[in-house]
Amino acid sequence: MARAAVPGRLTWLAATVSATRAETATARTLALDVPGWPGHLAGQHVTVRLTAADGYTAQRSYSVASAPAPGRLELTVQRVADGEVSSYLGGEARPGDQFELRGPIGGWFAWHPGDPRPPLLLAGGSGIVPLMSVIRTHAEVNSKVPLQLIYSVRTPADVIYAHELSERLRVSPVTAVTFLFTRMTRWSRTPARPDAEITVPGEAPANGNGERDATPRQPPLRGYAGRLSAEVLAKTAFPPALNPAVFACGPSGFVEAASALLIAAGYPPDSIKTERFGPN
Amino acid sequence: MNVVTRGFTGRRRDDPKLPPGQYLEHSFPVLQAGPTPSVRTSSWTFTITTETGAATVWNWQQLTALPAEDITTDIHCVTSWSKLGTRWRGVSLDTLLDGISTGAGYVMARSYGGYTTNLPLPDLRDGKAWVAYEYDGAPLPAEHGGPARLLVPHLYFWKSAKWLTGLDLMTEDKRGFWERLGYHDYGDPWREQRYQGD
Repeated sequence: MARAAVPGRLTWLAATVSATRAETATARTLALDVPGWPGHLAGQHVTVRLTAADGYTAQRSYSVASAPAPGRLELTVQRVADGEVSSYLGGEARPGDQFELRGPIGGWFAWHPGDPRPPLLLAGGSGIVPLMSVIRTHAEVNSKVPLQLIYSVRTPADVIYAHELSERLRVSPVTAVTFLFTRMTRWSRTPARPDAEITVPGEAPANGNGERDATPRQPPLRGYAGRLSAEVLAKTAFPPALNPAVFACGPSGFVEAASALLIAAGYPPDSIKTERFGPN
Repeated sequence: MNVVTRGFTGRRRDDPKLPPGQYLEHSFPVLQAGPTPSVRTSSWTFTITTETGAATVWNWQQLTALPAEDITTDIHCVTSWSKLGTRWRGVSLDTLLDGISTGAGYVMARSYGGYTTNLPLPDLRDGKAWVAYEYDGAPLPAEHGGPARLLVPHLYFWKSAKWLTGLDLMTEDKRGFWERLGYHDYGDPWREQRYQGD
């Protein structure tokens, strides 16, 4: 499953959409059949190449959301304004459609199930996607290593995989999830306070996708209003003494802020792996 | 293989300045493997070490006292964004390599934080590479590699090592951080050399 240290040539593979699933109003998952796909390490990504009828092509990188499996994978795509590729994958693509991809790429931001260190996952927005691959892999191998996710989103309706994360919390005694809602209150964008834990009741987010598969109602979610803070980190995250393997993924501003808080709290810089997307 | 994707038409900005597979980006995304190192100019040093071990060291004052050039150039990231007409200021590697005696053909660039990347030495000569310390008229921000980064804009941008602290001249090519993880040894965007074997 894991690629060799010096991989061979990465060839383009034909991917066929087998199913689509709305996750939020702006994010959806594509399940793909990819003959020849070797599997991946949780955290790795692929390059997708779309070809128009006249031969015009566009390519972008997307993290793999699913647990490793030969011959198939799932991508979760957040549609971005004016996104040339994301508007196709996140809107137009339907079962039976085909495009090309190659990978897996990026053996650094990758979780190895044999790693004895507890994974501490910090997600900002759609930065959850490669970390969901870690959570799913952790579940699939029935790992007994404790795992924590701190997941920062604007509002509860923006939580991707809300039902699966809730179910994971219910069945896995070694999994912990903390949500941070950065635009929940009029004090939005302020640091979250650890004395202000909240439970957001389930709600039905607007489905802006125009999909046949309606966006599911969100389950109740527990967390804090505001941005990641030193106090919430200290209250919820594995302490540095537990030597966690830290993975932070999200917009550059989130990753930069999270890394600075982690280092200030005493986590060694070389224990922190980062993946960023979007402008800073 | 040529898989046509139903329903995809694309934006079709055919700009001759864009290498194959690249799209135009107006912001400046950040790509890095770990936290941004905090490097003070008061303790910053830059060292060129030859294949015989002879080291030439500059501190911040010495580097910034050297003749500097203003560079306006397009940059191309392997993750497929390109940014056109970016403005930098820095010292040419021709200036820094001047007077250093070497028979080496390759370089390993080293960064604060442990990042490395390998390049052929000729790609750093003849006005093709700089140690850059200003971006867009201001000191280079840490998240973009400040206080100083390598700038080799004719190769994919991961070769332009951030938080640069040294160049090790080598007689044989060795792979750096991303290259060991499957990225291309050379990385020419016009030949789309993204990964090993491209």
